[in-house]
Amino acid sequence: MKGARPISLLKTVGVLLAKDLLIEWRTRARLNALIFFALATLLLFSFAVGPDTKVLARNAGGYLWLALLFSSVLALGESFRVEQENLTLDGLRLAPADARAIFLSKALGNALLLMLLGAILIPVMVALYGVTVAMGAGSFAATVTLGCMAISAPGTVYSAIASNARARDVLLPLLLFPLIIPALLAAAKATSLVLQGDPMNQLGSWYGLLIGFNLIYWGLGFLLFPRVIED
Amino acid sequence: MDAPPAPPPALALHDVSKRYGRRWALARLSYTLPQGRSLLLTGHNGSGKTTLLRLVGTALSPTHGRVEVRGNDCVAARDTVRREVALLSHASFLYEDLTAHQNLVVLARLLGMDAPADVAGELLVKVGLTKRSDSPVRQFSAGMRKRLAIARLLMKAPAVALLDEPFGELDPSGIQAMEKIIRELKDSGVTVVLATHLIEQGQALCEERLHLQEGRAVAA
Amino acid sequence: MSDLLKTVLQVLSTVAALTSVGLGVWLGVKWAPPRSRVNGRPVLVGMTAAGLGLLALGNWMGLVWTPSEREMGDVYRIIYVHVPAMWMAMLALVVNFACCVGYLLHSSWKTDALAEATAEVGLLFGTYGLVLGAIWGKPTWGTYWDWDPRLTAMAIMLVTYVAYMALRRFVEDPEKRAVWSSVVGIISFINLPIVWFSVKWWRSLHQEQSTPKTVDPDMTLALRVNAWASLILLTLFLLHRYRIALATREAEVAMPEALPTDVPGSRDNRASEVA
Repeated sequence: MKGARPISLLKTVGVLLAKDLLIEWRTRARLNALIFFALATLLLFSFAVGPDTKVLARNAGGYLWLALLFSSVLALGESFRVEQENLTLDGLRLAPADARAIFLSKALGNALLLMLLGAILIPVMVALYGVTVAMGAGSFAATVTLGCMAISAPGTVYSAIASNARARDVLLPLLLFPLIIPALLAAAKATSLVLQGDPMNQLGSWYGLLIGFNLIYWGLGFLLFPRVIED
Repeated sequence: MDAPPAPPPALALHDVSKRYGRRWALARLSYTLPQGRSLLLTGHNGSGKTTLLRLVGTALSPTHGRVEVRGNDCVAARDTVRREVALLSHASFLYEDLTAHQNLVVLARLLGMDAPADVAGELLVKVGLTKRSDSPVRQFSAGMRKRLAIARLLMKAPAVALLDEPFGELDPSGIQAMEKIIRELKDSGVTVVLATHLIEQGQALCEERLHLQEGRAVAA
Repeated sequence: MSDLLKTVLQVLSTVAALTSVGLGVWLGVKWAPPRSRVNGRPVLVGMTAAGLGLLALGNWMGLVWTPSEREMGDVYRIIYVHVPAMWMAMLALVVNFACCVGYLLHSSWKTDALAEATAEVGLLFGTYGLVLGAIWGKPTWGTYWDWDPRLTAMAIMLVTYVAYMALRRFVEDPEKRAVWSSVVGIISFINLPIVWFSVKWWRSLHQEQSTPKTVDPDMTLALRVNAWASLILLTLFLLHRYRIALATREAEVAMPEALPTDVPGSRDNRASEVA
C-alpha cells in the first residue's frame, strides 16, 4: 500500500513501546492485579518478620526490592505471553521489525512497569514499616530507575527464552534470580542508604555498580536477542 | 551467481529440507516458480505445506538448502525478502486485546506509512469490518479474524502473497469474498502461493500446482 | 626430598597433565563416539593411570610430606583438594563460555556437546569444592557458612549453572536448545565477575577476611601436583561427558534413512559426522 518505507530502529522502538503500553492500558485489570500482588508481598513481610517496626524499618530496602523482584517475574512472563497468543511475535518479526528494537521496546516497557510499581510501593512501605526517609525524592527516583532497568534487561532476554520452554513459570525465576543478585544487592543497599542516610558516602559506589550492570546487560541483550527469537 | 537475463523466478527452492527434531518436515525439495504465475500447494495435513510457506515467509530458516524469493535468499537477504512477502498463516498475528483498527494501525506504523489511521480505515472497509473496527479482537469470530488477518496482509502490499488455508473457517460467502480478494491480488501482479484443501477453488486461481507428501514433491 | 627431585616432580607432573589435555583434545576432535574407528582405549587407560598416580602422590604430599601450617595447624591441608577443585570448576566454566560464544559464531554439535559437558563437570567440581570449603569453615570460622565472599560468589555461580542445565533439560528442540543455552551461558559467565565484586563490597561493610599469605614453597609444590592431577581427572570427566552428550545429540537428530546427509556445509552435515 502507498507510503510504506523502512523506519529507523528508534522509531520502531517507539511504535512497539506505544503498542505494549496500549495493551497494558486496555488490560489494566491485569495491571491492577499485579499491583495488589506487590502490595500483598510487602504486607506479608511484616507478618513473616513480626510487628517489630525496628526490624522492619531496618530491612525496608531489602523487602521493597524483593517485592519488586517477585512482581517482575509475573510482569516479564506476561510480556511475552501476550506475544505468544496468535504468534504475534512472528507477526512483528515478519512485518519486519528489527529484533533489537523488539528487545529495547520490551525491556523499556518492563522497566516502566516496574518503576510504576516502585512508585506505588514506596509510600506504602514508608507508612507500613514506619520508615523515616533521610534523603529526597530525587535519590529515590534514581535508585528505583536504575534498579528496575537492571531487572528488566536480562529479564526480557530470559523471559523470551523461558516462554518457549517447558516449565516456563519455574524456569524464568530460576534463570533470573541468581543473575540479578548483584543488582538486587546494590539496589537494596542504595535504598537503605536513601532511607537511613549516607554518612560514609557509599551511595555513589552502589549507583556505579547498578550503572555498570545496566550497561552490560542492555548491551548484551541488544546483541544477543536477535539470536533468541530468530530461527 | 551469474546475472540471469530473464527476471529472477518469483520463488526458487534449491534442495530445501527442514527438520523438526527427528522428523523431516521437508525433504530435498527443489522447485521453481516463474514470475507471473501462481502456485497451488496441496497435500494432506502434515505434508509440509505450512512449513514451506513459513520458510518462504522467513519465519523459519531451512535446515539445508536455499530458498529464494525474486532472486533474494531468504536467510542472507532476510530483511529484503520480508518487505516483499506477506504471510497469512494459521496463527492470525493479531493482538487479542487491541481493536481491529488498532491492530492495523500498529502494522501501518511499523511499515512507516504516512497516515496509519486512514490506511487502516480503508482496509477495514475493504474487508467489511467497519462496524466492528473498535471491538477488541478477542470478541471476533474465526471468520472475522481471518478477514482482519487478510487486511493485515493487504496492508503490506506484497510482491508475493503466501496464503495458508485462506478458506479455512470461512462460510460460503466468506469463501467467495476471499476468492475475489485473491483474484484482485493476482490481477495487480502479485504472485500468490496458496495452500488449501479446497482443490477446485485453488486450481481455478493458480496456474501451477505442487503436491506434497511427507515433505516431498510428488505427482498429484 | 632433594631439590633435584622436586624439580623433576614439578616438570613431570606438568608434562603429564598438559600431555593428557592435549590427548584429550585430540580424542575429542578425532574420535567421534560411539561408532568411531579411532581406538581411544590405550590413551584413556594411560591418562587414567597418570591421573590416579599423580592424585595419590599429591595426596601423600599434602597429608604427610608438607609441614603443618603455623596458624591453622593440620586443618589447612584441605586446601590441597579444595583449591584444585575450585580451579577446575573455573576452568570448565571458561571453556563453557568459549563454547557458547563459539556456537553462536559457528554452530556445530560438537561445540554444543562440549558446552553441556563443561557445565555439568564444572558444576560437579564446583559443588565438591564448595562442600569442602564449608567443611573447612567449621574449624576455622566455627561455622559451616560464614558468607565469606568467595564461598558466596561460588554458591551463586553454582545456582546460575544449575539454571543453565535446567534450561537444557526443558527445551526439546536440539537447535533451539543449543542457541538459547549459548545465550544463557554467555550471560551467566559475564555475570560471574559482577557477582564477585558485588559480594565483596557487600561483605566489606562488615569485616575483611584475612588469609595468611605465608606459604611454604613445599606447600606450593604439593598444591601444584594436586592441581595437575585434578586437571587430568577433569579432562577424563569432560571426555566422558562429552561423549555422552554427542551420543544424545546423535540420537535426537538421527536422520531417518535416505534423507539428506550429503549436503555440504550445513548443520546437519556436521551432525552426521557424529555418526
